[in-house]
Formats: sequence, C-alpha cells, structure tokens
Amino acid sequence: MVEFNLPKNSRVQPGKVYKAPAGAKRVRSFKIYRWNADDGKNPQTDTFELDLDACGPMVLDALIKIKNEVDPTLTFRRSCREGICGSCAMTIDGSNTLACLKPIEDCKGDIAISPLPHMPVVKDLVADLSGAYAQLRSIEPWLQSDTPPPPDGERLQSKDERALLDGMWECILCFCCTTSCPSYWWNGDRYLGPAVLLAAYRFIVDSRDERTGERLDALEDPFKLYRCHTIMNCTQTCPKGLNPGKAIAQIKTLMMERQV
Amino acid sequence: MTDHNSAPSVMRSKLGQARGLGAAGSGFHHWWAQRVTAFALIPLTIWFVWACVHMIGMTRADVAHFMSNPLVAGSMIAMIVITFHHQQLGFDVIVDDYVRGDTKVMARLILKGVNWLLALVAVVAVLKLAFSG
Repeated sequence: MVEFNLPKNSRVQPGKVYKAPAGAKRVRSFKIYRWNADDGKNPQTDTFELDLDACGPMVLDALIKIKNEVDPTLTFRRSCREGICGSCAMTIDGSNTLACLKPIEDCKGDIAISPLPHMPVVKDLVADLSGAYAQLRSIEPWLQSDTPPPPDGERLQSKDERALLDGMWECILCFCCTTSCPSYWWNGDRYLGPAVLLAAYRFIVDSRDERTGERLDALEDPFKLYRCHTIMNCTQTCPKGLNPGKAIAQIKTLMMERQV
Repeated sequence: MTDHNSAPSVMRSKLGQARGLGAAGSGFHHWWAQRVTAFALIPLTIWFVWACVHMIGMTRADVAHFMSNPLVAGSMIAMIVITFHHQQLGFDVIVDDYVRGDTKVMARLILKGVNWLLALVAVVAVLKLAFSG
C-alpha cells in the first residue's frame, strides 16, 4: 500500500560527524544511513569525511576504509568487489547500484548512502531480501523438461535459441531494480518485481525448457505480473545495464500471443 | 523501510507468502482491454473534437438533426461507452496500486457504479436527442 511517510520509529535523524584527518586535501563527505535493531533508537545519518587521496576510487572502497579506520560497527554486505556477486547493492547518490561499481568521482557533492529502499532493514546498509528471494524461488528458476537429456551429452541449443538468453543470464540478482520500482514498493508482497520477472522470462524463452505454458499460467495474475506499469526505473538503475522492463513487456506479449 | 509482514505477526514461510493464493488466472484481458480502448479512442476523440466544433452555434433543433444521423449517434455512443470503459479500467489500476483491504472492494464497486451510471446517462441523452431530431 502506498505510504507517503515513514513510520515514526523509522524517521531518519541526524547522527554523528567524523571529521577528516588534519591535513587532508581532497575531502568528501559520506552521509550514511545507520540503524541498529539492538539500541531501540531511530535510524540516523552519520557523516564521514574522508581524504580521497588516501582512498580507493569506488564507493565500496570508501565504505571499507570507514569500517577499517573510522567506525568498525558500520555494517554492509560485500564480497567480490567487481560487480558479479551483487552483495553491495545499496542506494548511492539517489539511485540503486553496486557500491563496488560506483566511482566516487561520479557523485556530486556529499554522497548519501542508504540501504535498498522499502525493504526491511537488518542493520545499517543491509536490507532484508528474504521476501524477494522467496519470490524468486516461487517462479522455479531452473530448467524443467520432460524429455530426458541425451545419454551422451548435454541438451543442445541452436545459436539463435541461445541468443535469446542474452541480456538475462547476466543478472546477478542484486535486486537494485526490484527495490527501485514504485509498484514493488506499494505491492511488493504480491507483485513479483522486475528481477524475478526477468528470471521468469529467462526460463520462458529457454528453448530447452518445456514448461513455457505453465510458467505463463503462473504469471497470469493482476498482481504478480500486471502491476508493472512500464515505469522503467528498473532498466534505468540496473548496474549491469540490463533491461528488465523489456523482459516484462515480452512476457506480456507472449500472454497476448497465446490468447489473441 | 516497511516490513511487509508487520502486525499481525506472521510465522508463515516466506515461500508460502510469495506463492500466496496462486495466480488468479486473469490480468491479460484487463491489460488488453486498456490498450484496445486506448487505440479506439484516438480516431474517436479526433472525430468528437470535430463534431463539437461543428456544433458550435447550432440551435437545439440543428443539433438534434445532426444527431439523428445514425452514424453520428453511433459514433457518439461509441465514444461515450469506450471513454467510460477506458476510464473505469484506469480506475481499477489506480485502486489496485494504492488501496487495500475492505476499502479496496468498496472503492472498486463505487467507481465502477458511478462510471457506468454516468455512461448510461450520457448514452440516453444522445439517444433522446437523436430520436427527437
């Protein structure tokens, strides 16, 4: 349901300010959302001033520097630091992206960092994605075929059939797109969201999958699929440059093809 | 940062919640009807604007005579029915997006009722004019 204000206990308040070390020349401020379930306080925005001459180029480098050198309690997810694990998805400078792929230089002024929007927060920059993961599980994102695989090898595809999967297999499930979607904010419990629908389409068009009809049946729903109103925040924000909006449009086109 | 599962407390698994009541088996026709009515309204709206301009300065008798042409009355009724149908489909989308619970069913019923009543009134008005011309 649409909400115009955060609940009282979620309203963000100003927090601590950590000054840059004396003598720092290229100083940038990072305004970071902090929340801890254990202290019973409202979330707050802490300001960390960093010397960019002593920091790596990406926002994730800044976060790691803060955790290592300024405040070890700062909590965030990260793993591969090269845009393939999807762990460090967060809102940076107003849009959802991966901290490891976002150059500090691309941000103007103070850099605001908060967890992925409209998801429950576990701590600081860690959003609870378990609902989105369950939605992914619900569309059964694995190959399903009644025809047994050839005894002497793998299931084959033509080059054309394989080409249909381009633009989808690259998805790393960071959920930047899903959490940028207003339809998902208002109806995230019933609308599957762009990341899950892109994953669904990836199997719908996989020539080796034999459950295309059942997959479409499972999406034929005013909420699961048709809450998408082609807002396109998903495509705009995808840190991998993918187009979930187009995948959803193609699912709708297949729905049309089988009825009209 | 809203917990989708805020009160009452929920211990149902996330997968159970995600599967929910399953797929409704509808959605396409609503979506398709929105598009079909939108396309139909392009020529009809152009014609409607032309008809309105055409009727400027006419007396009631002239308008009734103009409307007595079955093509004019038919186009006008098509314009009315399709406009209100399209509008109602749009209201459905807005309610589904923003309203929940008991209010939602009420909102949809009231909007549907008001919409169809207005459409019927407009259609009857056109017919009355057409048959009086």
